[in-house]
Parts: sequence; structure tokens; C-alpha cells
Amino acid sequence: MADSKLSSNGLSNKLSEGYLTENDWAGLKRYTDARIALGRAGTSIPTQAMLSFQMDHGNARDAVHLPLDVDKLCSELQDQAITPILLKSRAQGRTEYLQRPDLGRRLSVASAATLTSFAETIEPSMQACITIVDGLSSFAIQSHAANFFKQISLRLKEEGITQMPPCLVEQGRVAVGDEIGDILNAQLMILLVGERPGLSSPDSLGVYFTYKPKLGFSDANRNCISNIRPAGMSYEAAADKLIWLIKQSLQLDYSGVELKDQSDSIESLEEPKLGNFLLD
Amino acid sequence: MSYSISAGGNHWVFPDLKTVMAKASPDRSGDRLAGVAAQTSQERVAAQMVLADLPLKTFLTEALIPYEEDEVTRLIIDKHDQTAFRPISSFTVGDFRNWLLSDLADTTQLKNISLGLTPEMVAAVSKIMRIQDLILVAKKCSNPTAFRNRIGLPQRLSTRLQPNHPTDDPTGVAASVLDGLLYGSGDAVIGINPATDNISSVITLMKLLDDIIQRYDIPTQSCVLTHVTTHLEAINRGAPVDLVFQSIAGTEKANKSFGIDLAVLKEAHSAALSLNRGSCGDNVMYFETGQGSALSADAHFGLDQQTCETRAYAVAREFSPLLVNTVVGFIGPEYLYNGKQIIRAGLEDHFCGKLLGLPMGCDICYTNHAEADQDDMDMLLTQLGAAGVNFIMGIPGSDDIMLNYQTTSFHDALYIRKILGLRPSPEFEQWLIKMGITTEQGLLLDGLPAAFSHLQARIGG
Repeated sequence: MADSKLSSNGLSNKLSEGYLTENDWAGLKRYTDARIALGRAGTSIPTQAMLSFQMDHGNARDAVHLPLDVDKLCSELQDQAITPILLKSRAQGRTEYLQRPDLGRRLSVASAATLTSFAETIEPSMQACITIVDGLSSFAIQSHAANFFKQISLRLKEEGITQMPPCLVEQGRVAVGDEIGDILNAQLMILLVGERPGLSSPDSLGVYFTYKPKLGFSDANRNCISNIRPAGMSYEAAADKLIWLIKQSLQLDYSGVELKDQSDSIESLEEPKLGNFLLD
Repeated sequence: MSYSISAGGNHWVFPDLKTVMAKASPDRSGDRLAGVAAQTSQERVAAQMVLADLPLKTFLTEALIPYEEDEVTRLIIDKHDQTAFRPISSFTVGDFRNWLLSDLADTTQLKNISLGLTPEMVAAVSKIMRIQDLILVAKKCSNPTAFRNRIGLPQRLSTRLQPNHPTDDPTGVAASVLDGLLYGSGDAVIGINPATDNISSVITLMKLLDDIIQRYDIPTQSCVLTHVTTHLEAINRGAPVDLVFQSIAGTEKANKSFGIDLAVLKEAHSAALSLNRGSCGDNVMYFETGQGSALSADAHFGLDQQTCETRAYAVAREFSPLLVNTVVGFIGPEYLYNGKQIIRAGLEDHFCGKLLGLPMGCDICYTNHAEADQDDMDMLLTQLGAAGVNFIMGIPGSDDIMLNYQTTSFHDALYIRKILGLRPSPEFEQWLIKMGITTEQGLLLDGLPAAFSHLQARIGG
């Protein structure tokens, strides 16, 4: 992101020099993702840094607004011999979805009916339901849902946990999993959702785990694993945490704030830090 | 009692005062989400007309949330200053707007009536004011405060340096602090949102910021924006606490959802005062607010979000804060949908807080799912600068990599100072000159200042 001084246009005129100031502390960029040492044009943000910001904002906006390509995701799941149940929330379109979170938390009447009749066809002993929800970033779901699904599905099998077919919800919020889990009488709701995109993390996936979900549950009833993406938490680390939470909840008979995540945190391999170098 | 008016060829009846207030509010998504917004444009103006004819003193007898049920209402009523109210006691809300806009209402008069105003009176008049009215009147209010420097003096604009980092990494935090200081930022506070509320990490951050302030003898204050009870624990453990932070809201129930009440705020205020760490003054509290927080906690009692927000300022006023920051666009599009709504809300909050006597600043911000962008923030920044805002945020390149939202950059603060001829806090301004960061005229100097040259080998490109 460093701005190099624009090449001289050949004029010897003083007016064409010194209009862009670089910062002598640019070496600190190694240690943080913050947009430090941007330099300045006058006192304003230089062109390249300004456009780089706009590109990141553009990506984040697209992640919110581009609709999930359901067909593409379904075909990726089909490659794993999985056919999801397609559902919709009560929100009609993105504009309403963004202003009415309450509508995104409930299934549409038609979807609830579809799911209710489906529920009659599954064996009562089935434990887990993985639900994929577009949430606030279709980009996150498009990028990670199929692969991450594969990973956790495998891990659940290893643990001997039985799985229902997954659900896929358009224009959904996290709490829509409560209604789905309630209708399916699921013991374990594992909900994959596109998180509110940050400027540098438009593809961040979140997992919300709820034990014996019921309509009307609050966020206090679930556990969240956040920031799953290549530059954040890996699929594997997230799956480890999830399985740890599931095993705990099966023993304790609950999930949520009372279930503290004490799984081993994985140390990240980062460049050695300087500590508070300002005190050197 | 109900209120009615014939206007626009229709007869409008509103069942009670809070309905008049809600329907008179300029359009915003949060009021629609709550189901209290006007259904039509005509209904909105009709409610505004009812409001304009309403005597100000109505708000002293008709509580929007019952006195018996809510300690914020009790605070508002019990602390109301009848003497300060007397000069305006015969006004309707409409008269009050006219008087505020008149040249009779100068800085001294506005200060004199401040304790005679309740949040509801101020919220009411804001609903019948245009953007330029909100700017003009706020500009006449002067509410300076002091701790280790003076903030909010005329023609001054301060910044909170916000060096947030996703893992509270000391190097990452220090890098943003240095970047900010060298861009002339940090005179309101160096204030960090910690990634965790864990007491030992919070104390580590408090020490980190305090060490920097002491090492470079910076006339500013530090704050770690953690829960008030965590501050109390940190103070008990001997941590260097300059300012105590807390998010506050306008109803007792909403404050309960934040895990606070007036008693715990009072306890924290006394504890911070007892440390006696200020050199210029003893304003030791830093509060944050924002429209929509009461609704989000299901604690709005059918009030519109702007009225709830203004009631939070009564809570703030009780504790003589150094800084009150309305974090206007953070809450998301279900409360403030787009740039237009965010801009209006930011100016309303600034106006209402200033009129009530508070040192108002604004986190001029938006999230990526709001219909807003940098252009909208530039407009709000420019308007708040014109309105005389005490402080804004300063963050590297507008990008908060921990909270994942966008607020004003160090560069943005330099822009608004430049176009409006605003300067930093006087003590901080002298420090910037002494350290070789700016010239006597306030212009940034090139290169790494001599006072930081010992760091060259560690931080160079």
C-alpha cells in the first residue's frame, strides 16, 4: 500500500516537487494491518491509498449486496453427494433485510411449511443440522461454505454424530436457526453465516452453535466462532473449536454464555514483535 | 391526554405525548422498526405542528416514561433547575426554536438556561429544526472541559486517537499511537477499545498508554474503553486510570442491559476523582451513546430513538464528563439506514448534547452494510466542524481493524482544522510544536521529528 513518489514529469519547476510527503516510519507496517504511514498530499490522503481504501470498501459493499449464487453452491454440495433443503426468510429483498432484522430471523410461511413436512420424513434419532445462511456476506458463504461444510461433516462423522441434510437459507439471520432446529427437533444446530464484512475481511465466515435450539432463544444460548477465512481462523482450527464445544454441550446439556470456550487456542505464526517500541 | 390538529385537509389525533414526539421525528429506520414512526409525510408534519404549539412546561408534568418506573426520569425531574428555566418557561416549543435562533440567545444565555432544560424539551425542539438550525445554535454553545489539557474551547477541535488492534498487540497499538501523534492527533484522549474485557489485559493496555504519555510528557489522557466495573477493579488494583469509560442509554432498563445504573456510575466517578490524576481539571468521565441503543435492548418504552438518546445526556450531565461521544453510525442500517439518516442523527445528537451543557464529540462513522460511504462522512464532518464539535475520532486511514467499521482518519481531522481554521487543544498544540511535529503555525513538518529519532532503526521502511 506504500505510495511511491510519482515520477517526475520532467519539469524543473519547484511546483512539481514535494507535493507528496512520505512517512519515515513506514517500516511499522510490518507489524500491523492498520493503515498507518499513508503519507500525505498536503494534509490529505494520497491517491493510491485513497483508491486502495475505496476498492476495499467496494469489495465489502459487494459482499453485502451481491445475491448468493444458490445454484453454484448447490452444485458444489452435490459434488459431496449432499442435497440441501432450500429455504427463505420473511425478508423480501436486501433493502428490507437490512432494515428489518426481525424478518431475517424467521422462515417465510412457505419455507416453514416445506420444512415441517420434511421433518416428518427424517429419523427422530438424527442429531445435528448444519444450516448455511447468507447473512451479511454472500461472498463469505460463496467462498467458504462448501469446503467448510465438508470439513465439519467429516469431523462429526468421526465423533459418531448423526447428521440431517443441511438447510440453506436466503436473506437469513443467525436466529433463523432456532426456528429450523425447533421444527426439525435437532439436538445440535451448527449455523454457518456470512459475517458483517470488514474493510479487510469481506469474506469472513461465522459459525454459531446452539444446543437443542428453540424458537425464541437469544444469543446468550449460543456459542460463536468468528473470523473464519484464510487470513483469519483456518477451517481446521474452527472445526476443532466447534467439536470441542459440541462435546462439552453433550455432557452439560446446554450451550451459550455459560459454556466457556476453553479449547486450546492456536498460537499464530507471526513475525516477532517489537513490544511497545515507543519506550525503547 | 391526547393531542389533535387539523392540517393538510385531515384531522390528526395523537393519543399521547410520546406518540407526538415519535411521529414528529424525521424519518429513520429504527423508528419504523419500533413501529412508532409517522406513516405518512403529512402525519409527520402534523405531529411537528402539534409539537410547535406545545408549552415547554408540559414536559415537566407529563413524563414520557413514568417517574415511578425509571430512575433516569427521576434524575431528570429531580435535578431540573426551576430558576434557570424561568426565562423560557412561557415558551412553546415553537417559540423556543425562534428564541434559540435569535441573537438574544448568545453563548452566555444558552449556558444560563442549560440546567433549566430537560432532554425531552431539547429533543422536541430538535425535531422542528433543520440542519442549518442545528448547526447555528450548537455553534453558539460553549462547553469546555479539562483534565490534563483543555478541550472544547472556541475555534479548537480535538481528536480521540483510537489505536485499536484485533489482538491488543502492543506493537500494533504502539504503531497506531505513533502514527496518530505524528499526524497531530490525540488531544481529546488516547482511547483504545480492548479486544477483551479480561482484567489483566485491560490493565496491561492502561499501563502501555500511560507509559507512552509519561515518557513523552504528552498533555493528554488515556482511556481503555472497558466496562465501568472493570475500571473499578483496575483502580482497586492500582492501575493508572485517567478516564473512566462507559456506554450509557436513556432508560433505566437499557442501562441495566449494559450492566450499569446511576449508583455504579457514581461509585466509579468518585473512584476516578480520588486518583487526582488531572493537572488542568477534574472531568474524569468518558461516555459513549448512540441512537438505537434503547430499542436494541428492547427498553425504549415506545419512545422514538432520538428522544431516548437525548435522555442519555441527562445521565452524562450528572457526572461532569470530559468527553461525550455519540457513535452515530456504528449501530447499523436497521436504526440509521443511510448517509442522510446518519448525518441528521449526528447533528441532532451534537445539538441536543451541547444545549444540555455537554462536551459533545462525534464518532462520524458507518458500517459496510449501511447505505453510506466516505462522501457522507465528509459531509457530516464538515457540518459538525461548522457546528463547533468538541472532538472527533482519529484512526489510521479511517479503518478500524478491530471493530470493523470506518470512522474519521488523522487526515480528516487535519482537513477540517485547515478549512475552518481550527486548532488543537492549547496545551497539546504547544507540545506538538515543542516535539517538532508541527510549526508554530500548526503545519506538519516532514520527516521523523528529533524527539523520536532514537526509534529510527526500529521503525524505518
